[in-house]
Amino acid sequence: IYEVKDNVAVVRINDPTSKVNTLSRHMQAEMVEVMNEIWGNAAVKSAVLISRKPGCFIAGADIKYHTHTHSLTSLSQEGQKIFDQVEKSPIPIVAAINGSCLGGGLEFAIACQYRIATKSKKTILGTPEVMLGLLPGAGGTQRLPKMVGLPAAFDMMLTGRNIRPDKAKKMGLVHQLVDPLGPGLKSPEERTIEYLEEVAVDFAKGLAGKKVTMEKKKGLVQKIQDFVMGLPPVRKQIYKTVHSKVMKQSKGLYPAPLKIIECVQTGIEKGNAAGYLTESQNFGKLAMTSESRALIGLYHGQVTCKKNHFGKPERDVKKLAVLGAGLMGAGIAQVTIDKGVATILKDTTEEGLARGHQQVYKGLNDKTKKKSLTTFERDGIMSLLSGQLDYRDFENADMVIEAVFEDLSIKHKVVKEVEAVIPPHCIFATNTSALPIKDIAAASKRPEKVIGMHYFSPVDKMQLLEIITTNKTSKDTTASAVAVGLKQGKVIIVVGDGPGFYTTRCLAPMLAEAVRALQEGVGPKKLDSLTTGFGFPVGAATLADEVGIDVAAHVAEDLGKAFGTRFGGGNVEVLKMMVQKGFKGRKSGKGCYVYGAKSKEKKVNSGAEDILKSFKLTAPPAVSADEDIQYRLVSRFVNEAVLCLQEGILPDPVQGDIGAVFGLGFPPCLGGPFRFVDSHGADKLVQKMKRFEEAYGNQFTPCQLLLDHAKDSSKRFHK
Amino acid sequence: MIRASKKEKCTFHFHNTTVNIFVGLFLSVVFSNHTAKSKKTLAKPGVKNIVLVDGVRTPFLQSGTIYADLMPHDLARAALQGLLNRTGLPKDAVDYIVYGTVIQEVKTSNVAREAALGAGFSDKTPAHTVTMACISSNQAMTTAVGLIAAGQCDAVVAGGVEFMSDVPIRHSRRMRKTMLSLNKAKTLGARLSLLGSIRLAHLAPELPAVAEFSTAETMGHSADRLAAAFGVSRLEQDEFALRSHTLAKKAQDSGLLSDVISFKVPGKDIVSKDNGIRPSTMEQMAKLKPAFIKPHGTVTAANSSFLTDGASAVLIMSEEKALAMGYKPKAYLRDFVYVSQDPKDQLLLGPTYATPKVLEKSGLTLNDIDVFEFHEAFAGQIMANLKAMESDWFAQTYMGRKTKVGAPPMEKFNSWGGSLSLGHPFAATGCRLVTTVAHRLQKEGGQYGLVAACAAGGQGHAMVIEAYPQ
Repeated sequence: IYEVKDNVAVVRINDPTSKVNTLSRHMQAEMVEVMNEIWGNAAVKSAVLISRKPGCFIAGADIKYHTHTHSLTSLSQEGQKIFDQVEKSPIPIVAAINGSCLGGGLEFAIACQYRIATKSKKTILGTPEVMLGLLPGAGGTQRLPKMVGLPAAFDMMLTGRNIRPDKAKKMGLVHQLVDPLGPGLKSPEERTIEYLEEVAVDFAKGLAGKKVTMEKKKGLVQKIQDFVMGLPPVRKQIYKTVHSKVMKQSKGLYPAPLKIIECVQTGIEKGNAAGYLTESQNFGKLAMTSESRALIGLYHGQVTCKKNHFGKPERDVKKLAVLGAGLMGAGIAQVTIDKGVATILKDTTEEGLARGHQQVYKGLNDKTKKKSLTTFERDGIMSLLSGQLDYRDFENADMVIEAVFEDLSIKHKVVKEVEAVIPPHCIFATNTSALPIKDIAAASKRPEKVIGMHYFSPVDKMQLLEIITTNKTSKDTTASAVAVGLKQGKVIIVVGDGPGFYTTRCLAPMLAEAVRALQEGVGPKKLDSLTTGFGFPVGAATLADEVGIDVAAHVAEDLGKAFGTRFGGGNVEVLKMMVQKGFKGRKSGKGCYVYGAKSKEKKVNSGAEDILKSFKLTAPPAVSADEDIQYRLVSRFVNEAVLCLQEGILPDPVQGDIGAVFGLGFPPCLGGPFRFVDSHGADKLVQKMKRFEEAYGNQFTPCQLLLDHAKDSSKRFHK
Repeated sequence: MIRASKKEKCTFHFHNTTVNIFVGLFLSVVFSNHTAKSKKTLAKPGVKNIVLVDGVRTPFLQSGTIYADLMPHDLARAALQGLLNRTGLPKDAVDYIVYGTVIQEVKTSNVAREAALGAGFSDKTPAHTVTMACISSNQAMTTAVGLIAAGQCDAVVAGGVEFMSDVPIRHSRRMRKTMLSLNKAKTLGARLSLLGSIRLAHLAPELPAVAEFSTAETMGHSADRLAAAFGVSRLEQDEFALRSHTLAKKAQDSGLLSDVISFKVPGKDIVSKDNGIRPSTMEQMAKLKPAFIKPHGTVTAANSSFLTDGASAVLIMSEEKALAMGYKPKAYLRDFVYVSQDPKDQLLLGPTYATPKVLEKSGLTLNDIDVFEFHEAFAGQIMANLKAMESDWFAQTYMGRKTKVGAPPMEKFNSWGGSLSLGHPFAATGCRLVTTVAHRLQKEGGQYGLVAACAAGGQGHAMVIEAYPQ
């Protein structure tokens, strides 16, 4: 398992059972065995720890076992013990990092005496535990602050952000960087790892011979920072500031960040032993929380939704055409060309086209400013975009995605125009947020090639893609749409056809309830704080402004017609009146709030308040407490989601949770509507809904599937 | 030397073309005594023979030394005058002048014309400047070949100049913008407000870097990565650099570098020798720290080519014209290719790609080549190219070829030194390579020579040269 080169033991990590190396129990045990052997070998003066997997050092601990193990605290303690031995190693150990070095992998690396990383695009370092509701439980909360300083350590552990190699070097997280190599006598990946090993072995020899020092040279700024951090009142202030910042952002709904602060504070103020104990205990506690389960569930769900379950499509989409260069169209074009797929962006006017073209350019140019793209890469990507006003070259398109105005007659016109010019194999996808696909497909000569691809705005930032199939859509068409979405980097749910499909259909009743609350006198700000207080990243009133009041009115009316009084609640006329007055939301400068003013504090739009007053409703006191309002909003969302599963619109709860969280901002700490029902208890939810039903009627009637779950507590959406 | 070449001219004045070709064929058969060639000559029916009449260069000096106060066209002029002296060419016999340059002096952007005027060429001789990084004068020569082959010219002077002692250092873009706006500002108030907008940061100058514009990577950095990719050790690089300096010294001492002309530098002494040839010891070279990838890189100042000032020029003619004018040409310029590849990871692999392509084009194999002259940008780059050429895997994976082309045997390779030791004025090196091949073929008695070079932008060039029958 290890080889000795010039008195340097080279340990090459390679988990044969997986594509990535994870710190499984098995691997930990093996590591201990190997390290003991190395420490017992007198010929070994130093060691290099390297992965044989291209693109992965150690991608963290195996998170599957958290859900099974009883004694998580002891698991953390075992990890602490191993890394403590590594830290106290009698010979210097060099961690040679190429690819992802995350979580437990990073904790391993920072326990070593020296770190060398490749500058590969795949090399990232980070502590993503917080995103799973956990904390770095193998000494990370203790070692990181000492290594990179308190502020940087908090930033890493509380955000879970990935650190790129250049930044890591600057922060003092790694000592040396190695450039990735191009083609040589072996493949670039293989040779780069070899080269990294050669360089690491040289450094290991240098360390053993005391020719290389482990200490990093500290600049003046660093020295001043160290001095300042040495002052207890300064540290106290930092803990306080970080704590209040976390509380503000998480509303106290996420326990992990607070526990991380506690671990760091304990370690620094009360010493190592106390720090390690707190770390392991907190790790054990966090792993048992519903928040952690929810976040881990989302992680696994996301992995599932990044696979194509419909097989390999018959043809690759090599040329895509997007109709409509609006916000959505241009966004779709951007995420397509930056994956190397030639894309036509067609609009009907030159102004529209220029705007869309500029949006794509800006999106890519922003990446060059962040240095994630060079200007030549940007230009090369832009060269794949063909902006045009006519149907030239559509005869070579493999897929057309229309993103024109949401009007059935316009969509029909587009279907006919496009089908006259595209080749027979070409897929026609429609990016609609509410119109049933089968209605659009009614104008098509080849409905098996018609599919819905519902993107979320802004397309380059929102991860979700909702794919909608009708009963005529062929499997190959679906496979192809999923393949395109995956190429675009999307997390994909595939749902059945119907008004509002899944996502829009869940959002509509919640927004209707929000309008009702507004009519009942809950101000937009209060409404926002109630929703964000429940864990939604964006408040309901702000969300309406972001989506567009006109869009919301449109959807509310359409779905109201389709689903009847169940979608009632707030009066659609409120929205229509707002649209009439030009209060279309952020895009028009006014909605529930006034935008454009430079002041940080958003001002409530008094014009909108006047409209709400003219539609004033009396709030029934029995269901109008703050918590009631929160549950009124959430229960309508959740009930509609469960109904979608009951009706078969949704194939499974996993996709329901992913769609709600990634597309609509359903509180991630709750893990999605289905996990929420499981953890909250269907019976408790039904009880609340019954109470609301009494006050408002059928909008709160629990669906059958929810009732079934309420009746039998052994029924769960997630095992 | 000048006298000798004039003498040659006289002796061969009486030969007529057919006899000459016949003798050439006969002699080439005699000369290829050690190895049988795949082809007796590369002459093609219906294609004009194009010849190198002669080539010269100024001494190549480390930048910042004796040439420091000149301008690029001064150096180019020296090379052109040297060519005229060496060949005794009547100035109005030249149909066209093509010159290469890389780092341009903006005042003389068409340096070919500025140099030609001062060198006393007829003002009726047009001149243009080409640029293709380190293969700029190769491009100048092949442009000349193209003009002659197309029947548009009979005698063309090609060359290249690089002057690294002075490079254009610019104001920052912001500052330039302000200054340009200042020209247009009409009122005093407008001017003052523009002047007021200048910030200290705007005054920071922009320096030209020997870096790829597309990747922002300096060439030395890329060379170090290339050496690492092919597993070229520091030791191999230092050995190769030492070889280059040792061979160059030997060539210099034994008077083989006859292409070098003497140049009376205004205000300074006469210069007649390259000044960058410094054979060192392996121990001394091992002491140097890496220059680009620190601290673990392998490319150092000692195993890289250094910044050089210099100019070169060659006289290229159709064979008929040369003979009609009484010249004894030195070589035929035969097939040539340009190649290009990924400027990031294969920046300096031009020779690897160009060599098999040009051999294939001329119907030769590596064994047919008696003399190799490859441009030595970095010892690591040369070693990497040699390893790539020796690798079937590389040929198959990256070049779409069935087998490797093979590496040149070292005894035939750059045996009079190379860019590492003689110096590398970017745009002047190409002509040096071609002239050296011609001289080596004459001296060593071979028939075919191969020139190959890499260039910034991930480009490359190779040319086959055939000895002119003696």
